[in-house]
Amino acid sequence: MSDTPIRDTVLRALGEAVPDADVGHLDPDRRLRDQLDYFDSIDFLNFVEGLHKAFNLDIPERDYPQLATLAGCIDYLQTRLAAR
Amino acid sequence: MGWPVIEKPRGLAGPAPNLADYAAARAGFSWEAARRELDGLPGGAGLNIAHEAVDRHAAGPRREHLALRWLGADGRVEDFSYGRLAALSNRFANALQALGVRRGERVFVLTGRIPALYIAALGSWKAGAVFCPLFSAFGPEPILARMGIGDARVLVTTAPQYRLKIAGLRERLPGLRHVLLAGARDEASALPGTLDFQAALDGAADTFTIAPTEPEDWALLHFTSGTTGRPKGAIHVHGAVLVHHLTGRYALDLHPDDVFWCTADPGWVTGTSYGIIAPLCSGVTSIVDQDEFDAERWYHILAAQRVNVWYTAPTAIRMLMKVGTEAVRGHDLASLRFLASVGEPLNPEAVVWGNEAFGRPFHDNWWQTETGGIMIANYAAMPIKPGSMGRPLPGVEAAIVRHRDGGLEVVDAPDTQGELALRPGWPSMFRGYLNEDERYRRCFADGWYLTGDLARRDADGYYWFVGRADDVIKSAGHLIGPFEVESALMEHPAVAEAGVIGVPEPVAGEVVKAFVVLRPGVVQDEALRRGLLGFARKRLGAVAPREIDFRAALPKTRSGKIMRRLLKARELGLPEGDLSTLEEDERR
Repeated sequence: MSDTPIRDTVLRALGEAVPDADVGHLDPDRRLRDQLDYFDSIDFLNFVEGLHKAFNLDIPERDYPQLATLAGCIDYLQTRLAAR
Repeated sequence: MGWPVIEKPRGLAGPAPNLADYAAARAGFSWEAARRELDGLPGGAGLNIAHEAVDRHAAGPRREHLALRWLGADGRVEDFSYGRLAALSNRFANALQALGVRRGERVFVLTGRIPALYIAALGSWKAGAVFCPLFSAFGPEPILARMGIGDARVLVTTAPQYRLKIAGLRERLPGLRHVLLAGARDEASALPGTLDFQAALDGAADTFTIAPTEPEDWALLHFTSGTTGRPKGAIHVHGAVLVHHLTGRYALDLHPDDVFWCTADPGWVTGTSYGIIAPLCSGVTSIVDQDEFDAERWYHILAAQRVNVWYTAPTAIRMLMKVGTEAVRGHDLASLRFLASVGEPLNPEAVVWGNEAFGRPFHDNWWQTETGGIMIANYAAMPIKPGSMGRPLPGVEAAIVRHRDGGLEVVDAPDTQGELALRPGWPSMFRGYLNEDERYRRCFADGWYLTGDLARRDADGYYWFVGRADDVIKSAGHLIGPFEVESALMEHPAVAEAGVIGVPEPVAGEVVKAFVVLRPGVVQDEALRRGLLGFARKRLGAVAPREIDFRAALPKTRSGKIMRRLLKARELGLPEGDLSTLEEDERR
């Protein structure tokens, strides 16, 4: 999968988890929690749950740090999806 | 029940527990004698938290001892010795006086965990002002309500917080005279109506004499929530420091050379009582991490800072459990001696998991905003019954009570459910809800303070949490009042009615769920549901509902009160209970 559809799906999952988020203007290399107002651990878990459903992919807790930024999410998902 | 008791073997490495013999300490306890461990202001000028926390150490051999080590989210580290903390808080006290802040006036702080917060707290107490922390993830509505009720005179915040939340509220806070912005200077200078925190410190002298302070003088205002009505500002006095000091020694087993890490945010009472006051009173080194939860970061901090005593919360422990014990193995946590937890009951699995992962169990304890400090705890030298909150602190009388014939009946039979009550008289008991005398009075009956928590006590004197007696929601250890959430939802033009409850969630304990009735003619769809979630979030921040369901009507009593209990019972598939007051039922 190329990075555009992955990116779109990630942003959709983020928009689901953070209902007021302006996900169109994210800096891909800054942490999501530093850019989205009130983004907390529960939002993050909901976001990961959304990724799990959208990609039908189990994401172990130890991999969570790789999902801290938008760019990190895309890299991680590309690698995981390519491996299966 | 059914979990084996965790015994405490004697002769473990490290210092002997401060509370070695619980029964003896309880039997021989008096608050008057305990008071002698405090220093008191020089020249018999009374009792002030900032003196006990900082100045007494800064004036003696611990002057150069590390008081606070601040770990920035970006990797920066800043160290504060007791001497430095004394000087900086002196500067802030002088700055407050220069701004004309009078004794008893309220200084609010709305920041993340940055050094300015700690300096402002200590400086406020020195100046005789009342310190009121706000949780930095609150949205503008909870902030406005609390600053209005508390009649904020000064606010310390940051430029991003100010822009997002405060700038639009200034007109509605006529009593707010000064806003000081901590953080980057260039940002601050661009915002009209604000002052620069650092410039205020730099322009003030670093010596200050604390004015005479009575133990009953107000020191702290902590907001909490009930089932109905607006948030309540619980008033605490300088005399509360005796409980902070004592529980730091007894319930957290702090020893002078310890490194202590309380992970709670000072926006909530734990982060002030045990993130600022108690560890400083004990003269230990306290770790402050600016960043939010991250398992790997936390293990790194525990190892690199050689943390001895760690006070955290069930939500964090459950998140660590999900990451697994494997993640612990790569870190040298040999310094860790005592683990404690508060915020909501710690499930027995988590207590036992601590033992597996760290070789030490978590010690759950119980208290609330109104009690000011830990009241019931599992102590270092006492066996742990996983799932129990432990036994009352020496000096604290607890009981299980039941309402009967217009009065209270103390339940002596073990394992009987009732309301947890405390005998007033401990020094950190709240002295009122600000401007809400009636609500304060209703917390007491027949010589007892009623906690609103349902509990039972077993034959060995251990207390066990059962549930709340009211409708408040506990999410990630934070108390959320359903009324405040409902009110924010009602401001949306599509909403006719809202009922808010907490629904179980494995990590946070509970999350906020709202049931909404739309105005006639409004079409309910997914876009509106998401729009409402976003609307509430912008106003409420972290206390906003995470789920919304639409209903055609909500269950109500004859007087029109929404029956949240019934909403919850139905949501969870529990028995509906007494329906005699149900007048109008819900329709889906």
